[in-house]
Amino acid sequence: MTSFFKLYFNRLLPQLIALGLIIMAVSLVFPGFLNIEIQNGRLYGSLIDILNRGAPVVLLAIGMTIVIATKGIDLSVGAVMAICGATAAAAITSGHSVPATLLITLGVGILCGLWNGVLVAVLDIQPIIATLVLMVAGRGIAQLITEGAILTFNDPGLIFIGSGSFAGLPMPVVIWLVFGMLIAVLVRRTALGMLIEAIGVNRQASTLSGVLTPVLLNAAYVLCGLCAAIAGIIAAADIRGADANNAGLWLELDAILAVVVGGTSLLGGRFSIAASVLGAIIIQAINTGILLSGFPPEFNLIIKAAIIVFILVLQSPRVRTAFAFLVPARGARNPSERAAK
Amino acid sequence: MKPKYLPLTATLVIFLLGYALCVAQYPNMLSTRVIGNLLTDNAFLGIAAVGMTFVIFSGGIDLSIGSVIAFTGVFLAVVLEHTSIHPLIAFAMVLAIATLFGAAMGAIIHYLEMPAFIVTLAGMFLARGMAFVLSIDSIPIKHPFYATLKGLYFKLPGAGRITLIGGLMLLVFAVGILIAHRTRFGTNVYALGGGAATARLMGVPVAATTIRIYALSGLLAGLSGIVFSLYTSAGYSLAAVGVELDAITAVVIGGTLLTGGSGFVAGTLVGILIQGLIQTYITFDGSLSSWWTKILIGLLLFAFILLQKGIIFVSRHRQQRA
Repeated sequence: MTSFFKLYFNRLLPQLIALGLIIMAVSLVFPGFLNIEIQNGRLYGSLIDILNRGAPVVLLAIGMTIVIATKGIDLSVGAVMAICGATAAAAITSGHSVPATLLITLGVGILCGLWNGVLVAVLDIQPIIATLVLMVAGRGIAQLITEGAILTFNDPGLIFIGSGSFAGLPMPVVIWLVFGMLIAVLVRRTALGMLIEAIGVNRQASTLSGVLTPVLLNAAYVLCGLCAAIAGIIAAADIRGADANNAGLWLELDAILAVVVGGTSLLGGRFSIAASVLGAIIIQAINTGILLSGFPPEFNLIIKAAIIVFILVLQSPRVRTAFAFLVPARGARNPSERAAK
Repeated sequence: MKPKYLPLTATLVIFLLGYALCVAQYPNMLSTRVIGNLLTDNAFLGIAAVGMTFVIFSGGIDLSIGSVIAFTGVFLAVVLEHTSIHPLIAFAMVLAIATLFGAAMGAIIHYLEMPAFIVTLAGMFLARGMAFVLSIDSIPIKHPFYATLKGLYFKLPGAGRITLIGGLMLLVFAVGILIAHRTRFGTNVYALGGGAATARLMGVPVAATTIRIYALSGLLAGLSGIVFSLYTSAGYSLAAVGVELDAITAVVIGGTLLTGGSGFVAGTLVGILIQGLIQTYITFDGSLSSWWTKILIGLLLFAFILLQKGIIFVSRHRQQRA
């Protein structure tokens, strides 16, 4: 069991170091960054704020990880967020109860995912184009639902999801923590995760060896849609309204970035949900950090781009092989072990 | 007819049918004025889409073009406001920057073996960030040379006019078609899209070709930025958000496979015109909301993907029989 944790820790080490460096750098410029205090039975502080603000991207990154592991990509999650936010607002304002609203919204998210899944798995369309369709049309559909206006609501039950707190943590944080662990346990304590990786490595070979490729691919996109639906509800509940134009705008790019920063290859195969969640937190820490450290906001994007390029360069295969010459490989440390291989 | 011409033909037929339907409802849409405006309004998108077409031929993608357009506009506005440099020299400067920017992305994609999607995504943030650093305001461009350029047009019979930028787009498309089908570089691009390993074995200089493809895309994004600044007479760092998606959509509607290796530059032109036509129709109608544009374009995209799938299926079937 300890070796399992060691392996796990080794996998997450680069992300943890990156996050640590960013937090250290920000706390040097902005001393109050690390402060966490309890008010009215709820934790407050910049670090908690990062976890809270990052909730939509974290949720999207969880679904995106599974899709990317199957060698796919889902460009539509931002648009699905907008659709689901609009659905939630429309359902609650037309008199549905909170549970019914949530069920309808999650159902819509699943339908969106199913649409992508059918295009990819059954019609065998390249994922990037298949999901482009919903990405282009999605915001139009969301506007159709809200009839072009920003639908506002003030149902306390729905608002609680965006700004309430549970066990001292903001509700969005609780949601992604629970959801992330559920999915991680589901894929790692069963064979599902391995089968998904098999599809990502070689779809044809997995089909031939008896993996139910179409079903699993569909499930991956449905999960992605479900994640987008939850993220959409949180985003809508946070601003107490559905903004079809801006909800989840460009978040698909942030989510893909989070997965890549988390070290999951866009070419499919091995994945780690925990690493993607860390990737999303890193991106949010960069965003919040730049704001807090008092840099002129004009520099935000440049700094973000620079940090991302740095992390990506470290991960690129060429640089890794170059490093392998400088640092002896892990297995090579023990000569007898190497001989045994 | 060869199956490879089918998507292009289908796009053309849909455009003509759509245009005929529009004309049946609003006879005024047949005027040369509407056609001229169609070209002028979509000029910047068309020019950028030519670059995107080459990138997609090679099996890659370039997400940075919208940001490069915004950067170009802000750069020109700032340079023309604060210095006495002639616009033509400023154009040359900004084209050089955009080309180098594209080339750098191409080099990173090739030498660091990173996916084009992520590299150009970082490029998108970087170019938009540089635009923000130059200025966060919308700066008007009042240089007299701009007025001169905007006054240039070719008069068509019936009060229509092909403006300088509309004509420039047609010229870029013509040059693009020549490069794609009549030069060694064009053939190399197609070969690269067919498979990098195969292309290398056939003797295609993969590194040089990749860098040139993204440099070309950068150059055309820069040119598109110049056209955009002529069109709007201003530079704004939040302008042209999402243009890369419109360009990708136009390329796909134009019958190019996103997997790379096949397609036509001319198809992209028709793809641009179809998008423009939908927008013009919605303007003419007046009662339809603008979000129908997005839904219609999405549906069209879906229809074309299905069509391409069908064609591939049919041609495979024929091959097996033969």
